[in-house]
Amino acid sequence: MTESPLPVLIPLLMLGGALVTVTAGSLLKQFAWPIALVTLSLSTAVAIEQLLTVLADGPLIHQLGGWAPPIGIAFVVDSLNAFIVTVVVAIPLLVLLYARDSVRKETPEEEVAFFTLLQVLLLGLTGMVLTGDLFNLYVFFEISSLAGYSLVARGSHAAPVSAFRYLLLGSLGASFYLMGVGYLYVLTGSLNMGDVSRILPGLIGNPALTVAMAMMVAGLGLKMALFPLHGWLPDAYTHASSAATAIIAPVMTKVSAYVLIRMLFFVCDPALRAAIPLGTVITWLAALGIIVGSVMAIAQNDVKRMLAYSSVAQVAYIGVGIGLGTPLALVGATLHVLSHATMKSCLFLVTGSVQLQTGRRTLHSYEGLGRLMPWTFAGFTLAALAMVGIPPTAGFFSKWYLVLGGIEAGEWPVVLIVVASSLLTAGYFFRLIEKIYANPAPSLRASDPGLLARIPIVALGAAVLVLGIANFWFVGEVLQPALLPQTLALTGM
Amino acid sequence: MDPTNDSIRPLLALLASLAAVPLIVASGEKRPNLREAWTLIAATLKAGIVYSMLPAVLAGQTFTCRVLEISPGVVLELETDALGMIFAIVASTLWLLTSFYSIGYVRGTGEHKQTRYFASFAVCLSATIGISFAANLLTFFVFFETLTLATYPLVLHKETREAKAGARKYLCYTLPAGLSLLLAIAITWSLAGTIDFRAGGILDPSMASTGQLRILFILFILGVGVKAGLMPIHAWLPAAMVAPTPVSALLHAVAVVKAGVFGVLRVTGFVFGPELASSLGTGHALAWVAGITLTVASLLAMKQDNLKRRLAYSTVGHLSYIVLGAALINGWSWTGATLHLMFHATMKITLFFCAGAIYVRTHKQNISGMVGIGRQMPFTMAAFAVGAVGLAGVPGVNGFVSKWGLASGAAAAQEPLFLGLLVLSGVLNAAYFFPIVHQAFFKRSDAFPRLGEASPFMVAPLCITAAISLLLGVAPNIGVHAWELANMSARAVTGGSIG
Repeated sequence: MTESPLPVLIPLLMLGGALVTVTAGSLLKQFAWPIALVTLSLSTAVAIEQLLTVLADGPLIHQLGGWAPPIGIAFVVDSLNAFIVTVVVAIPLLVLLYARDSVRKETPEEEVAFFTLLQVLLLGLTGMVLTGDLFNLYVFFEISSLAGYSLVARGSHAAPVSAFRYLLLGSLGASFYLMGVGYLYVLTGSLNMGDVSRILPGLIGNPALTVAMAMMVAGLGLKMALFPLHGWLPDAYTHASSAATAIIAPVMTKVSAYVLIRMLFFVCDPALRAAIPLGTVITWLAALGIIVGSVMAIAQNDVKRMLAYSSVAQVAYIGVGIGLGTPLALVGATLHVLSHATMKSCLFLVTGSVQLQTGRRTLHSYEGLGRLMPWTFAGFTLAALAMVGIPPTAGFFSKWYLVLGGIEAGEWPVVLIVVASSLLTAGYFFRLIEKIYANPAPSLRASDPGLLARIPIVALGAAVLVLGIANFWFVGEVLQPALLPQTLALTGM
Repeated sequence: MDPTNDSIRPLLALLASLAAVPLIVASGEKRPNLREAWTLIAATLKAGIVYSMLPAVLAGQTFTCRVLEISPGVVLELETDALGMIFAIVASTLWLLTSFYSIGYVRGTGEHKQTRYFASFAVCLSATIGISFAANLLTFFVFFETLTLATYPLVLHKETREAKAGARKYLCYTLPAGLSLLLAIAITWSLAGTIDFRAGGILDPSMASTGQLRILFILFILGVGVKAGLMPIHAWLPAAMVAPTPVSALLHAVAVVKAGVFGVLRVTGFVFGPELASSLGTGHALAWVAGITLTVASLLAMKQDNLKRRLAYSTVGHLSYIVLGAALINGWSWTGATLHLMFHATMKITLFFCAGAIYVRTHKQNISGMVGIGRQMPFTMAAFAVGAVGLAGVPGVNGFVSKWGLASGAAAAQEPLFLGLLVLSGVLNAAYFFPIVHQAFFKRSDAFPRLGEASPFMVAPLCITAAISLLLGVAPNIGVHAWELANMSARAVTGGSIG
């Protein structure tokens, strides 16, 4: 455990960036994008540096204001959240390249607001990942949610309605989480995760603890759109502007999934998990979510909406991994955070580009576009194959670990669902791929988007392959050590 | 001398065609000659690399290339054993010939999207080499699925309603099969703690109950059996004949379906092993499936008037010869099966090449329309006759040799029934192939006024494959020492020598 300023650096960068953006943007709105680009680039660099430092030297800690926990708030980074935070800033950085032109075309009035809110959103999300304090986590939870609602509200004419619905449900989720924290505070007298984790084993059998855990899981489950709490997601993703969806969809639900892992496997010890069988509930809800999300995706005619439902299913894979809770299943869940973030951002960038270039968004209208936008759809195809779980893409390997984890846990029905659901995914993606490539090009003047938007699409498409082939670097170096049974405990947060 | 060499040569053989893909795409439709040059260079290189490893493999050495770890304890690893070498030789040699043939074919019929066609072809060949040399199940699976995906655009190629239906059907069969295989691999990993291929098998009866191991075997066979055209999961194969003929020739007679039977060989010989297969009774069950398939497929082949469909059903039948050999799993049957993997390829590709040449010249696909064609295209039809005679198992062509091995295997296993089915199938083969040859040469028709042969790009490869079939029929150990390789593999797997 090394004292280091690194853990707080990213949230501070985001906060500073947001303030500068809104100030400079009020002078000239063209300033907003470059400032956001600088902030996110710096944050990504810090995140990578932080990950490498943690891997070399072990966990880092920063005590805010010099106050030692459990009185003060500590930011703690181990290899797990160093990894997650890297995903959470790196993917938006790539999407940001695309966002400049798309925001200027789709929501020209909102340019400054968009890039400011984006940084506020990431302030909240990175804070949630890095903090070691349960209440502080709630504060960041709300920051990210509020920024999320207002980002989602800017898009098509239906966006405010879906954002309002998201706000209602999201606030409900946040309240659940807060009540859970309240119960825990009453029970333990502490808000520091490490401190709480040491006190909890003495409370096994206390019904209030069960209520507290159930409330936290419900709150986090709502924010991560775990079935049946996913109702807000499809509308929110469908109606938001393409840049907003491409940033929110890959990272926001994953952060809640991470917090769930942190709570269930680091704050709670195995005896506590055995006493409160939340894992079983999560597993089965998630398994149902995989089926429901996939079937609903098949039923959609709007490509963006199809992808939104597919997100419900994909997040449920992460849920299955968390619920199963064996080391390999958790590796699958955390690896899927990375793979799904990569492929889903790529897919949303493609639907956004198609809409900007051609105005099209239904399945049928994608016919023959592969000829007109070859680079865009090369990225799309790679990401789609990864969603289906074709080896050697990243999507395959996260499912592979989930299957191994399911066998490890002896949950055969879940294993079968995870395996067979690939067919449903294949159903809706190959239908689209066939339309895109096996039809004559429409008589339409359209082409790949400009270089700035094309770079992230191609880069993410390629990343899907590279991450798959190189998955064991992450698994062996980062995830497995972080998720080994003996390390599933907090080291003095 | 250490029999294992760390070498990047297996990887280079795989990458040779993969590296050609961006070059092919970059050359595009505007520079077709440059584009085809890349294909030919890659094919030559690939064949060269594969052949360069042959002497050492024959001397009992293996080349191993550990690329990188892809899962805890599982490495993406390529290794050249005798069985893999046979498949790699078949695929790389025939790709070179098919590349020439393809050029003649796509230009002859003026196919669209030729860039996509050649690029997909190159990916397929990389995947095939990956399958041949895969040292463990996960590596095998990665390339097995890549092959499925890379073949999809080729089946879809014509983009007609029929092509789309064929391509969909192809995915509807191969994707679930892939998942079955994935599940089987994951279970194997959890049972055995390893998924490396090991001659003689990695599973043993102490690892799970008999019932569980039987289910595992079924999952494996469903996984690889779709591509191997086992009945009743073979229906994608005739439907995939909608693809351009070179695709049918190389992929649906050689690479894809042989990847399937190669998978069966790997599963029976290298995962389960002869002892477990016999104690579980799974070998016998699989032999029955293969025996039924090879008989029914031959009967169905007779009913087809479309030449390519008849060839497709014939392929289904002959694949089951190999599966039968893998199921009986004794020294003779294994030798026969691995030889048939190679020999069926040279014969069947000849027949498909002929079908394509006829189509390009006459646009005829139906056998009833090919009366008297032998007078117009004598070389093509002579080559066809060689392939047909060989598949029927007449001595003098290589089909006889591999079939002899399989029949001896059935005899050695004391299975007179399967021996009888093999003989019957030979008769049926003759019944559905010989009339085509007979009507081509001995009946007159005015349908073809002075057509002549197709382009030399097409005729030369089909004459070469026919010549190879004849040569291997007389001297099966000539050239690549196929006989010896098959023997090596049989010794390794069954521990038995065939003397």
